[in-house]
Amino acid sequence: MPEGSTGARSGHALSLRNLSKVYGSLAAVDGVDLDVPRGSFLTLLGPSGSGKTTILMSIAGFVEPSGGSILLDDTDITRFPPDKRNFGMVFQGYALFPHMTVADNIWFPLKVRGVSKADASAKIKNALELVQMGHLAERYPSQLSGGQQQRVALARAIVFEPDLLLLDEPLSALDKKLRADLQWELKSLHQRLGTTFIYVTHDQEEALSMSDTIIILRDGKIEQQGVPGELYEKPATRFVADFLGKSNFLEGTVGEVKDGAFTYVCGGQPLVQAGAAKHTKMSGQVLIALRPEKIALTTERPAATNAVSGQITAFNYYGSAYHFQVKTEALGDLIATTPAWTCAIEPSIGNTIWLGWEPDASVVVRDR
Amino acid sequence: MHASLRRVYWWLIAPAVLLMLVFYIYPLIQVLWISVTDPVPGLGNYSELIDRALIHRIWMTTIRVCVITTAITVVAGYIVAYTMAQVGERQRTWMMFCVLLTFWLSVLIRAFAWVMLLRTQGLINTGLQELGLIDQPLRLVRNEFGVIVGMVHFMLPLAVLPIYSNMTGIQERLVSAARGLGASPWVAFKDVYLPLSKPGLISATILVFVFSLGFFITPALLGGGKVVMISEYIQVSFEETLRWGQATMLASTLLFSVFLSLALVARFVDLKKVFGAR
Repeated sequence: MPEGSTGARSGHALSLRNLSKVYGSLAAVDGVDLDVPRGSFLTLLGPSGSGKTTILMSIAGFVEPSGGSILLDDTDITRFPPDKRNFGMVFQGYALFPHMTVADNIWFPLKVRGVSKADASAKIKNALELVQMGHLAERYPSQLSGGQQQRVALARAIVFEPDLLLLDEPLSALDKKLRADLQWELKSLHQRLGTTFIYVTHDQEEALSMSDTIIILRDGKIEQQGVPGELYEKPATRFVADFLGKSNFLEGTVGEVKDGAFTYVCGGQPLVQAGAAKHTKMSGQVLIALRPEKIALTTERPAATNAVSGQITAFNYYGSAYHFQVKTEALGDLIATTPAWTCAIEPSIGNTIWLGWEPDASVVVRDR
Repeated sequence: MHASLRRVYWWLIAPAVLLMLVFYIYPLIQVLWISVTDPVPGLGNYSELIDRALIHRIWMTTIRVCVITTAITVVAGYIVAYTMAQVGERQRTWMMFCVLLTFWLSVLIRAFAWVMLLRTQGLINTGLQELGLIDQPLRLVRNEFGVIVGMVHFMLPLAVLPIYSNMTGIQERLVSAARGLGASPWVAFKDVYLPLSKPGLISATILVFVFSLGFFITPALLGGGKVVMISEYIQVSFEETLRWGQATMLASTLLFSVFLSLALVARFVDLKKVFGAR
């Protein structure tokens, strides 16, 4: 446990080799290969039905894979029952035992390992303090708020020093503010424990804010994986660009290619894109993803390489930012966001504004 | 609430109250009344509870049969309910149908069916003899064994239903959580599932025990006069020996013992919670 630990624990590595799970004729997980480095915080991100929970449940041992294998530091654990894996798990909805006090809930994993309550008391206390719940040890779960229950579930999952910590959408039932607080706490807990975390969520914000690595899943397959910044800045496909953050999609015909950039024509409007013209279709069509916050909004025509004008059709004010919907002649409807306090345009519907961005602000993505 | 409105509500429940008074409370008071006035006023009938060995024996038989019946029924009911909670939707529907099926058969028919199965020349004895497992027919009926078989059969749905309904409220995820935290299947059941199904077990135990105490037809038919329980003796006193004072005394005692057992249980568990009133 953290206090008094030598810090030598570096977590365990987990590998999935060609993992698959078939339900009837539907492949929930379809040949997934994955390496989770020691001590890392890895997030499986995807919409419902993408197979992320099935993968986590296979790792935990609750779902028997149809094919492939799961390795923990080179040990094949594919056929191990859940209780022989020594993984901590935080369930969606917490799954605290309602007939036990907080302290007894946390004692449970130690108790089944043959530790008496007296011997476990120091560990129980440590775990509770780690999640700032020391004062509520004698309460029953039904007497706790959602956030407190979540902390207890966490303490219960780490008290026996598991080889891995598996988290199944642990924050999904909490309100927005609490969710944001717990993201900080989870991340700092991960740093203090050094345990390998595998986290499942459909919330892209949670994935971006906490993970070392994000695996984006779609229809049981890995769509793209990488560090959060890389995934956000360089989405490989339309799906990733749309699922991780928001994007405008510009579909154009490739024109001239030179000097690590190319021109393309979108709705009659010539535009410039940095990089190679990848993933072009037979017809010469290319798909460009443009993040809303990378568009500069001005009242006059900007000096930016790419500039179009349009009319504001709707806007939302978020305190820190404005989100605009702009109707343009050539590119159709675009969304653009800007920090509210530096907003250079008059936010009113019908107002004509200019949108400008540089060739390296957008990325070429595959249309899938 | 407005006073006049409250008066209207009282009038609305008046028919129900009246019905209870005429058909339930009044006869009950009469039973109590006869028990202290017939044949002579006083507690003479009740002193038989202490003095007469026959009544002691009947009470002991009643309690023994009820306890054994309750224990077997609740354990068997738990197993059936647990299976129902685990299997798929289709199997569950079939199991529920089979459990409820016995409710639709007359208790008389069921008792006679057991007599046919268990008697000396019945299916079970002849079957076992033809298989060469026994030489002499077993005595399966007209004794406590037969009575308990018949009573367990009758009571089983009464145990299955409350246990099953309690089990449907237990989150399957909690058992998974226990397994994930390192508990073997048995420990996960013993430490998590079983304690959570306790309310169902308690209500089933109370229901079956209370029903068993006053059970009449099955013990009378399967006991064949050899296993006399309180309710059968009440019937004998009323209709054959015509000792109404004794009969009503036993009936009142039966009623009190139901209250007593409920009061005992209530010391340990919140009955309102168990029966879903809270």
